[in-house]
Amino acid sequence: MTMTNNTLEKAKVTPLDDRPDWTFDLLAQYQSEIARVADFYRLDTYTNQIEVITAEQMMDAYASVGMPIGYSHWTFGKKFIQTEQNYKRGQMGLAYEIVINSSPCISYLMEENTMTMQALVMAHACYGHNSFFKGNYLFKSWTDASSIIDYLLFAKNYIAECEQKYGISEVESTLDACHALMSHGVDRYKRPQKISLDEELKRQNERAEYLQSQVNALWRTVPKKEQKENEQNSQFPSEPQENILYFIEKNAPLLKPWQREIVRIVRKISQYFYPQKQTQVMNEGWACFWHYTILNHLYDEGLVTDKFMLEFLHSHTNVVAQPEYNSQYYSGINPYALGFNMFIDIRRICENPTDEDREFFPEIAGSNWLDTLHFAMENFKDESFISQYLSPKLIRDFKLFHIHDDSEKNYVEIGAIHNAQGYKKVRENLANQYNLSNLEVNIQIIDANIDGDRALTLRYTPHNGVGLGDSKDEVLKHLHYLWHFDVKIVQENKAGVDEVIASCPKIDKDE
Amino acid sequence: MANFIDRRLNSKNKSTVNRQRFLRRYKNQIKKSVSDAINQRGVTDVNSGESIVIPKRDLSEPVFHQGEGGIKDRVHPGNDQFASGDRIPRPQNQQGQGGGQGDASDSGEGEDDFTFSISKQEYLNLLFEDLELPNLEKNQLDKLIEYKTVRSGYCAEGVPSNIDIVKSLQGSIARRIAMTSSKRKQLKELEQALKVLNHDKHDHIHQERQLRLDIDELKEKISKVPYIDSFDLRYRNYAKQAVPTSKAVMFCLMDVSGSMDQATKEMAKRFYILLYLFLSRTYKNIDVIYIRHHTQAKEVDEHEFFYSQETGGTIASSALELMNEIITERYNDNQWNIYGAQASDGDNWADDSPRCQAILEKQILPKSRYFSYIEITQRAHQTLWQHYQKVQQSHTNFAMQHIKSVEDIYPVFRELFKKNTKSAA
Repeated sequence: MTMTNNTLEKAKVTPLDDRPDWTFDLLAQYQSEIARVADFYRLDTYTNQIEVITAEQMMDAYASVGMPIGYSHWTFGKKFIQTEQNYKRGQMGLAYEIVINSSPCISYLMEENTMTMQALVMAHACYGHNSFFKGNYLFKSWTDASSIIDYLLFAKNYIAECEQKYGISEVESTLDACHALMSHGVDRYKRPQKISLDEELKRQNERAEYLQSQVNALWRTVPKKEQKENEQNSQFPSEPQENILYFIEKNAPLLKPWQREIVRIVRKISQYFYPQKQTQVMNEGWACFWHYTILNHLYDEGLVTDKFMLEFLHSHTNVVAQPEYNSQYYSGINPYALGFNMFIDIRRICENPTDEDREFFPEIAGSNWLDTLHFAMENFKDESFISQYLSPKLIRDFKLFHIHDDSEKNYVEIGAIHNAQGYKKVRENLANQYNLSNLEVNIQIIDANIDGDRALTLRYTPHNGVGLGDSKDEVLKHLHYLWHFDVKIVQENKAGVDEVIASCPKIDKDE
Repeated sequence: MANFIDRRLNSKNKSTVNRQRFLRRYKNQIKKSVSDAINQRGVTDVNSGESIVIPKRDLSEPVFHQGEGGIKDRVHPGNDQFASGDRIPRPQNQQGQGGGQGDASDSGEGEDDFTFSISKQEYLNLLFEDLELPNLEKNQLDKLIEYKTVRSGYCAEGVPSNIDIVKSLQGSIARRIAMTSSKRKQLKELEQALKVLNHDKHDHIHQERQLRLDIDELKEKISKVPYIDSFDLRYRNYAKQAVPTSKAVMFCLMDVSGSMDQATKEMAKRFYILLYLFLSRTYKNIDVIYIRHHTQAKEVDEHEFFYSQETGGTIASSALELMNEIITERYNDNQWNIYGAQASDGDNWADDSPRCQAILEKQILPKSRYFSYIEITQRAHQTLWQHYQKVQQSHTNFAMQHIKSVEDIYPVFRELFKKNTKSAA
C-alpha cells in the first residue's frame, strides 16, 4: 500500500509510462491507480487474481466456455479446434479478456495486448465485471463465487475417475445426453444450496447410495401399496417439472449412481452460468461503462497520456459499435453497445435531465447518479433493466424499430418506431427479447407413468405459436438414454387435444 | 487488491485431452477423410499433416430450440425508412436472430463443413491404424541380429583391465578373516593366559617365555597370510545381449518396359510411398533400393526410377536376380529386415515367369520379411500373376494384390498389411 501512495504522488507530476510494451511493474502501477479510482466510485469487488496467458491458453479458456477447470469432453476439443481455425484464418480476434465469477475473481490478460489494452482490460474485467458479480442480485442469490473453483475441480476429478472405472465411452454418452438437456437443468425459482468441496465429497457417497435405494423403493410393487396408489390414481410428478435434469437425477429408474452424479454436475454448472445468460447486456454494459469512466478519470487527473487515450478510445469505440440493421456486419443488437449506452444515459438523466426524462423517469431524474447506477446494477436483469431504464432518447439514438412477424401472413409489419407513440412498445418488445423464458423452449415433464410402462411424457408449450425446432428427435434420444424407457413430447393442437410431436423410440404412425 | 500471476509458462496444450477425445469420437469420419485424401495428395508430400473435413451436421450437438412459425417480435436498430404500420414482403431466406444467446465463438459465418488440420503424427496414426508388419515378431526372435554388450555380474577370470577393485578387496578381506580366525582365537587365549600370569603374585618366568614365543609365532603366521591373493580377484563380466535390429531395407522393383505408362508408374509410386511411410514407423533407418527392369535390371536413383522412359520387352526375373545379388552383397539378412515390393503391369515374357517363381521361392522369400506384388492393370492376368499365385499359396510372407485405379491403392495397401487377427503361434 505504501507503493500506491508513492506512485500516486509521483504520478501527479508525471503520467504513467505509455510505451506499448507492458511489464509486470507497469501492470501493477496501472492496476493500483485503477483500483484507487474504482474505490472512489464505490466499486466493491472480490480480490483480483490477474493471470497473464498466451493466445493459445486463451483459446483453451474459450474452448472450456470460460470454466477455468473443465472436465474432459470432446465438445471442448471441437470448440478449441473451431476457435483455432477461426483465429488462424483471421476471421475472429480473440477476446481481450476472460473473467470468471469466482472469489478471488480470476481474469485472464492476453500476453499480446499492449499496455493500453491491459489497462482497459483491468478496468473492464477486474473492476467492472468483478463488481457486477459481487453486487448483482442474481449472482448473489444463484452462485457462490467462493466455491465454484472447488466444485469444478471436484467435477473434473470425479468425471476422470468415472472414466477410469466405467470407460470413456459410457461417460461420454452420459455427458452428451446431459449437455443436450443442459439448459433444462436450471431451477428458476428456488434458491440452490451452496456447495463446497468438502461438503460435496462428504455427501456424495451417501447420496449415491441413498438415491439408488430411493429409486428402487419408488418402483417397488408391494401389493398393499399398489392398491393404495391405484385408489389415489395419482399423477407423478404431481406438478409439471421444468428442471428436466433434476427430475432425471432424482427419478430415472435405471441410472447408475455415478451417472446421477454426472447429471448433477452438469446441472450445477448450468445453474452457475444461468445468471450470466440473463444479464449479458447489463454485465457488459456495466463493465464498459466503468472502463470508460475509470480511464477518463485517470486522464482527467493527468495520469495517462493523450497517446494512451487515443488507443484506448479506438478499441472502446470498436467494442461498443452498433451496426445498423442493413449493414453487412449486423448480427443483432450488440449487448456491449446497448448496455454501455444505457448506463451512460442513466448518468445523463441523473445529471442533466430533460423534460422528457422527468416525464419518463421522475424518480431518477436529478438524483445522485452513482447511487442510481449502483441500484440499477444490483437489482435488475436484462429484461427488467431495459423495461425500467431504456429512455426515449436512446431509442432515438439507436433508431430502434419493432418488427412484427406473423408466419400466417405473407408480410412482416413494422410495429413501432422511434417516435412518441412507439417508445413504450419498442421498449416492451426489446425487453421481451431478453426474457429467457420467451427465448428458451418451454418444455416440462408432465407425467412419468411409474405404475405402468414408465413412459415419460413432456409437454411443449409454444410461445406465440412458435414450433419446436427440428432437433427435438435428436434431443429425445438423449433423454431416452437417461430415462431408459419410452419418452414422448406432446403439444396441444388447435383443437385443444394433446398431440404427440416427437417420441423415442419412434412410433410408427399409420398415416 | 490484486495479485498478478504469470501463467504463460504453464503447460501448454491444456485441451490436448479434449482434442484426442474429439478425434476419437469422429474417428470414422476422419479416417474416411484421410483415405480420401491419400489419393489426392501430392506424391512427394508425405511429411505434412492433413486437413480433415467433416460435414457440420455430423458434429452438431442437439438442444431444444424454437423452430419455424408463430409470431416473432424483434427490435432492430438503425431505422432509416420505416414508419409504423408499414408492411414489407417477407424476405426469402428469412431467419430469426438468435438473440442474446450463445458464445462469441459462434458468431462466425456458418459453413457447411467443419475443416481442421491434424498433425503428421495423427495423420500417420490414422492412416496406418489396424495395420501391422506381418511376421515381424516371429522372425525377430529366431534371428537375433545385433548384439550389444551389457554388464552381467562378476567372474573369477578375465583380463587385468576388467579387475573390479572393490569386489576383489572385499574377497581379500573375507579370505583373510576366514584363514586367520582359528589362529587369532588361539592368540587371544594365549594373551589372556599371559595376562593372568603377569598378574599372579608368583613368578612364572619359564611359562611366560614359552607363552611369548607362542604368541610371536602365531602373530607371524597371521601376518604371513597374504594380503591379496589371485584367488581374491574378481573381474567385471560382460555379456552380449541380442537386440532386434532396427535396420530395414526396402526394395522397390518396377517394370519400366514400354507397356508401363506414366500413370501406372504414378500409382506404383504412391504405393511405394505408403510402404515407406509405414516402414518408417517401425524402423529407424531404412534403405531404399530402386530396381527397374525391362529385359535387364538396373539399380537406379529415385528420379530415374520414376521418370525415365524405357522401352522394350519384359523379363521380370532379371530384377529379382539383381535384388538377390544386392542382398547377398550388401544386406546380410541377419542384420537387415528385408522388404520387397514389386509393381508391374503383369506383362512378362511367358517363359520367364516360372523362373521368377523359382527365384522368389528359393532365394528371396527365405531372406525377406515380406514381399508384396501389386499388379496395376486393367486387363486380364497373365503368366506372372498365375505363377505368383502359386507362391502365395505356399508362403506366408508373400502377398499379391491387383490395382485397377488410383482409388484402389490405399484399400489394397490396407489389405496387404491388415492386422492378422488369428495370430498363429
